[in-house]
Amino acid sequence: MEKYIEIAGVEQVFKTRKGPFCALQNVNLNVAKGDFVALIGHSGCGKSTLLNLIAGLTLPTQGGLLCANREISGPGPERAVVFQNHSLLPWLTCFENVYLGVERVFGSASKSTGAPSESKAQLKARTDAVLAMVGLTAAAQKRPGEISGGMKQRVGIARALAMEPKVLLMDEPFGALDALTRAKLQDELLEIVARTQSTVVMVTHDVDEAVLLSDKIVMMTNGPSATIGEVLSVDLPRPRNRIELADSAQYLQYRKAVIDFLYTRQAHVEKAA
Amino acid sequence: MVSAVFHSPLETSVAPTAPTDEVATKSVAAHAISTGATDLKGIQKPAKAATPSYDWRGLWLTVLPPVFGLILLIGLWALVSISTSSSIPSPTETFKQAVIIFSDPFYRNGPNDQGVGWNILASLERVAVGFGLAAAVGIPAGFMIGRFEFLSRMFNPLISLLRPVSPLAWLPIGLLVFKGANPAAIWTIFICSIWPMIINTAVGVQRVPQDYMNVARVLNLSEWKIVTKILFPSVLPYMLTGVRLAVGTAWLVIVAAEMLTGGVGIGFWVWDEWNNLNVKNIIIAIFVIGIVGLILEYALIKIATAFTFEEVKS
Repeated sequence: MEKYIEIAGVEQVFKTRKGPFCALQNVNLNVAKGDFVALIGHSGCGKSTLLNLIAGLTLPTQGGLLCANREISGPGPERAVVFQNHSLLPWLTCFENVYLGVERVFGSASKSTGAPSESKAQLKARTDAVLAMVGLTAAAQKRPGEISGGMKQRVGIARALAMEPKVLLMDEPFGALDALTRAKLQDELLEIVARTQSTVVMVTHDVDEAVLLSDKIVMMTNGPSATIGEVLSVDLPRPRNRIELADSAQYLQYRKAVIDFLYTRQAHVEKAA
Repeated sequence: MVSAVFHSPLETSVAPTAPTDEVATKSVAAHAISTGATDLKGIQKPAKAATPSYDWRGLWLTVLPPVFGLILLIGLWALVSISTSSSIPSPTETFKQAVIIFSDPFYRNGPNDQGVGWNILASLERVAVGFGLAAAVGIPAGFMIGRFEFLSRMFNPLISLLRPVSPLAWLPIGLLVFKGANPAAIWTIFICSIWPMIINTAVGVQRVPQDYMNVARVLNLSEWKIVTKILFPSVLPYMLTGVRLAVGTAWLVIVAAEMLTGGVGIGFWVWDEWNNLNVKNIIIAIFVIGIVGLILEYALIKIATAFTFEEVKS
């Protein structure tokens, strides 16, 4: 198994007014190429902190992170992030929002792969293709304020996918959506990931979402000083279908394992402070 | 004519239902399968065909109350005029005088007797120069203060100290330094309009959502792209609010400043007519100042709404 993301001995301490706050401690994790990994845990357990570390938005106080054998020292388009609140620029159309990333990645000659810079027409074709993949061709010229929450999140996914990232990082991408829209986008994501063979790390607090989508579920202990409690491999055959899985004994077993971890062993205790 | 009167109540009852249908079909289509986007167009067309029915009641509500307000103002004015036995001129007399004045707004009989048009233009020119200078200094200064904590802490006490000072208090300093009435008036405008621009621009820069900056970092955007695609568009609404407040204040202050400095200008005109005891012209000037201020404000609100986009709800 090829290690793609390596996280070794990572510790993250934030300076707060009340003194140092240790969010993560001794986190070790390997993610293989093409794996879909879900990070799950109670709120405040540092799931998003860990994702931000992989994204390079923050740097660890101890330990190191590698992506494709190179140290993660800052954010970059090879580790695209889908943000929780989509974070589309409201003054740009959906097309322009996606194009911004495409232009940056493919608009100039790549030093690492030696790929030549692409023409404007090629960049536009890439943008159109990825918008078509998420089913938003008709809304390409609309601004984010004119489309629904589910559509905005799809543009966010399109923006990340368009950069052809090595790793797709998703921070509770469907958390703000209603259940029906969420299910639909999960199905779409399954299909897109199957087609693009992407490596995905996704933060979620939804047990069903984690079991349905992932190959591995990383369950985190409660903060402060959170760490990885257990890693569960989900060996359900793909393509997965949510209706068939609803009666699958195997699925229910995985679901139960996660619930057991979250509610029995890591029963959430509200912090006194 | 008769048919139009009979039709209007029916049309108003139809009008409110049409938009709700449209909303319903939109939301259904949005949650349907993504290929439903083509259906959406098909559904919307009949709904649009029903909307052209004219909304008479809405028009009524937008036109009538302001007209009543205006009538009330003129009525009160007429009452005051009668009770002061016409030392305050009546609305009709003032209107007749206004017609005479506006029939030839651009005459020149020497430096102290010029048409109202020249006076307005002279005031607007002073406001434009003073305001332009203030924007040229204030907006970059606001960007710097918003971007750098150090500068913010350095200048905030100074701004807090100087901002409450009446701009007219700066007029003597302007007269002393620039040795002329016109530059002193411009200086006063400069001082009064720079504060809202600095403060609003700085606040806008400080409030650029961290999410947008994270997007910029993940996409690895160049500094130029960050400024043009993220910083500038998100600061623009704040900046335009500053500009609007500044223009409003500048137009308030110019009248007072010109009363003190003299020359040509709407403020000087008011003072001159007071010295001539020509109260009709003073009232006309009040209306002119109000209308010009209204136009400036309206134009800037139009510009501001054109550049304001829905903020991301977090």
